[in-house]
Amino acid sequence: MMEWVVRGGDICTLLNIFVSVPPEVSESVDMSQPMYWDRVDIPLPDRPYKDVLTDADKSLKQKEKGPWGQLTKEEKIALYRLTFCKTYPEMKQQTAEWKTVMGGIFFFLGFTGLVIWWQSVYVYPPRPRTFDDEWKSQQLKRMLDMRINPIQGFSAKWDYEKGQWK
Amino acid sequence: VSIQCGNMFRAVFRLSATGARSLTRSRPCYSAPLASRCYSHGKVETDEEFDSRWVTYFSKPDLDAWELRKGMNTLIGYDLVPEPKILDSALRACRRLNDLASAIRILEAVKDKAGPHKDIYPYLIQELKPTLTELGISTPEELGIDKL
Repeated sequence: MMEWVVRGGDICTLLNIFVSVPPEVSESVDMSQPMYWDRVDIPLPDRPYKDVLTDADKSLKQKEKGPWGQLTKEEKIALYRLTFCKTYPEMKQQTAEWKTVMGGIFFFLGFTGLVIWWQSVYVYPPRPRTFDDEWKSQQLKRMLDMRINPIQGFSAKWDYEKGQWK
Repeated sequence: VSIQCGNMFRAVFRLSATGARSLTRSRPCYSAPLASRCYSHGKVETDEEFDSRWVTYFSKPDLDAWELRKGMNTLIGYDLVPEPKILDSALRACRRLNDLASAIRILEAVKDKAGPHKDIYPYLIQELKPTLTELGISTPEELGIDKL
């Protein structure tokens, strides 16, 4: 993944929300230059991690040109960290991103629920009278009187002698 | 074609599921096709040819940093763990380029390539030990950067 430095400002511009706090300027990466990234399948990225070296770093780099057996452990680690940002175990570390994802999913599900509730109150037309219990029972009686589907369907299930369902 | 038994780790370690071979089983010594392309014609590269091609690539005396990076990234992209002799050649290329960090990175990368097969990396280090001591390369374990 590209090593973007994403600050709050990016999210804000994405959602077109104006906040009172001015967003921090995120580093815009020059894509025309070789880039650094930590990827397990690209062990040696296009450029070293730190390309602006202090004098101490430069002298260490000079020492690197000699026999490596003369370097101490700390110097070797320092050389590694100059060229690379994260080690493989650090790259492969599990993040807590899944919690954010699940939280976001539930949040938006909840928001959808609120939207649906609001719709049922303010958007839906009045309840049709055909849903009233009284109407429905009269409708049922009419259907039985008309002998709807008397052979295998509706009225076939009604016992006309006893006046109840079979 | 002679069958060599007893050599557990033969040629390149192929990790793809189509192989489905356990490393503890010794494999017959036929020239298995490396690239899983279904050529009906055309020569299939043997394991030895693959290995020697990569050893030659990294052995180039005037190999530059870009070629080292390109070679390693391509090699890590393959579905295999490179043979010790390829890694030896790559580490010596790092030495010629005065790049210790990349040498350590290569060791980390092949450990990661082995994936769940935990016995490959110790074998590689065992085979590379002479080169590592000669060049003065510390393994990630010796430096303590294999832990978080």
